[in-house]
Order: sequence, then C-alpha cells, then structure tokens
Amino acid sequence: MNGPQDLGGQMGFGAVAPERDEPVFHAEWEKRALGVTLATGAFGAWNIDESRHARESLHPADYYSSSYYEIWIKALEVLLKRHGFVSDADLAAGGAVDPAATPKRVLKAADVAAVLARGGPCDRPVAAPARFEIGQRVRTKNFHPVGHTRLPRYARGKEGVIDAVREGFVFPDTNAHGSGENPQWVYTVLFDGRELWGEGADPTLAVSIDAWESYLEPA
Amino acid sequence: MAHDHDHDHHHDNELDPMAARVRALETILTQKGLIDPAALDAIVDTYETKVGPRNGARVVARAWTDAAFADWLRRDATAAIASLGFTGRQGEHMQAVFNTPDQHNMVVCTLCSCYPWSVLGLPPVWYKAPPYRSRAVIDPRGVLEEFGLALPAETKIRVWDSTAELRYLVVPMRPAGTEGWNEERLAGLVSRDSMIGTALARVPA
Repeated sequence: MNGPQDLGGQMGFGAVAPERDEPVFHAEWEKRALGVTLATGAFGAWNIDESRHARESLHPADYYSSSYYEIWIKALEVLLKRHGFVSDADLAAGGAVDPAATPKRVLKAADVAAVLARGGPCDRPVAAPARFEIGQRVRTKNFHPVGHTRLPRYARGKEGVIDAVREGFVFPDTNAHGSGENPQWVYTVLFDGRELWGEGADPTLAVSIDAWESYLEPA
Repeated sequence: MAHDHDHDHHHDNELDPMAARVRALETILTQKGLIDPAALDAIVDTYETKVGPRNGARVVARAWTDAAFADWLRRDATAAIASLGFTGRQGEHMQAVFNTPDQHNMVVCTLCSCYPWSVLGLPPVWYKAPPYRSRAVIDPRGVLEEFGLALPAETKIRVWDSTAELRYLVVPMRPAGTEGWNEERLAGLVSRDSMIGTALARVPA
C-alpha cells in the first residue's frame, strides 16, 4: 500500500538526529513493548508480514507522530484484537475481562534464549528455476496495490540490473493477508541514482533493493 | 544532545500514556496466561546485555585479520557469522558488504526498521525515524554530513535498501596504523555506525 511507511525520497522530515551514547531503551515501557511484541509474536497467530502491514496501516498522521515502539504497540493492539486475544472491553478495563483465543504456544522464560537464537528463517524452496540472472537488465513493475507490498514507490517502473540472485523467500504480498507463503526468488536489483531521482541526482549514487521475482520484468 | 531523557521527561511515570498502554497490555495478557512476564525480562536482558554491536565488531575484526574468514563472510555471511556464535532473530539471512577505497556502503530500511539484530542489537532511534529512512536513498551525502562524515566527492556511494529478509552488515575499511593489532584491539575501532555505513572505523589515536 502507498502508506506512511513508504518513506524513500520523501522530504520535509528534517535532519537526522544521531544521539551520542544512545541507550538501548529510552524508557522502561519501551523494554516491555519489545518484550510483549516478541512474546505475542510467538503465539504463531500472525506472521512478520501481517505485523508489518498492521504498522503501515496506522493513519499517516498517527504513524508520523509516533515513535517506533509506539507504532509497534498501536499495531499490536490491532493484531491482538483481530486474532481474538484481547477485546475492547479488556483494554477499557486495563485487565482481563473477556476470554481469549488459544495460541499455538506461550513463550516461557526458559525458552527465550533458544527461540531468539533460532529466529524465524523466511527462505523456502522454489521449484521453478530463477527467471533472471546476474547482469540482466530488468524493469520493476509500476503497480499500486492496496494491500501489503515490499516494492517501494521510488523504485517502481525503474530500470536496473540484477546484482545478485538470492534464494526463494516467502512472498510478503500474500503472506501478510493470510493468502499463503507462495515463495518466489528474490534478487538484489541495482539502480543508478539518476534512474531513480532524475535531474540533479548525485552522480556517484547507486541504490539497490531486494525484489521478489513477480516485481520484475525483463527490460 | 537534544534528548536528555533522564531529566526532562517522565516516561516511567504512570501518567505517561504509552507506559499506561503497554502496562495494560502486559496485565491483560498475563492475566489470561498468554505471556510470561519472566520471558519478557529475558528478552529485554538479551538485547541489553548479550546481543549488541560488539558482536558485529568481532565479525569485522576477524575479517580484517583472517583473509579466509573474510572470503567466507563475502560468500556466506550467515554461516561465517554463525561460526562466531551469532545467530538468530533478524540475522537469519545475512549479507556482508565491504567498503573499498572506491565505494562506500550504507544500509537503510525505507519501509520499516529492518536491521541485523544478531550482530548489531536493536536499531537506534534515528535508524527507524523518518529523516534517515526518507533521505538515505536520495541524499546519502547530506545524511552522512549530519553524522560528521564527508566522503571524497569521487567516492561512489552504494545504498542498500533492506526491502526483503536479507540483513546487511557493512565491513568498514581497516584503518591505517593498525598493523600487528590483535582482533580484540581492532574490534575497539569498529563502531555500530561504521557497520551501518554512517561512519568509518575509528582511526587509532
């Protein structure tokens, strides 16, 4: 979706503000926000693509005025309600009122180290051979789906070159919506800065994205 | 800097709306038996004390001192990094990109906050915020200047937008004057920002 998350090339947000000796967390609640997000992710009720889509579906005014942990928590409430773990009545009361759906698993403290060390690999075998090869010129599609996609607007309808053929990966555009993993080959596609930004672009700039095969056509 | 969180704000105060909101979620889910507060503590402890940019600095220092490891890192970063004990969440599919005298590499996630947790820990606030995400792909030199880094005009800049599940680690160039240094001493020159590409490795004093 052409949502607030699609930031590449937007203007007006001001200077980057690196913070000297930045702490890992800026408030106690951020620690709990991280913990709740990861622990509820372990339910197995939604995947990373659905959670990304919940975040980018916040109203743009809300998204841009929220810190990233705030975005996480606001989207997490949506996911928890959507999947029946938390109700509006629970949230209004600040405590459990309604019964909850049963998760596939509840993350216990003793399992945290192993679960984090394992992570969640998204590579999957793809039966078909890769359609593109290194060095081949390709053009990204120009599309504007209302659902989740990982092809940013600044790189749509642009010509680039296949810089690397990666592996098969879960396709986020369907996986975010419960329509299956449908793995596809992923490629690193390299664009000249002038192809992306036209007149006045930094002549020393090249930008790459990682693109699923269906985002690409031969150039 | 501009943010003096310990003194200017009261994020931990019960009146803070986000603190209250997160507390409510944790309470509801705990009362329903869906989360274990001790598991949350263990997650936080992992990223406060165990997984952070020191991991990545060890990878870089090894690559600087061991040509065979550097070659492995270039070909199969996930396996090479795992050999040092760094695996897991948001590091499942790693790529290492090496700076050269001709090309500087810089990593961004314009669409969200993708970041190589297993080697760098949790991303800094600026990495997840709109100014960096919007400008890194169109004006990387302007961004680098805000980090105090002015690259030579002829240096090529390659920006890697992490739009899929690959996670990128920049391997900065080894500074001159470090001949004969051991890995541990070299790792001390490798800042988090140098592995994102918004800084170079520190030059020995």
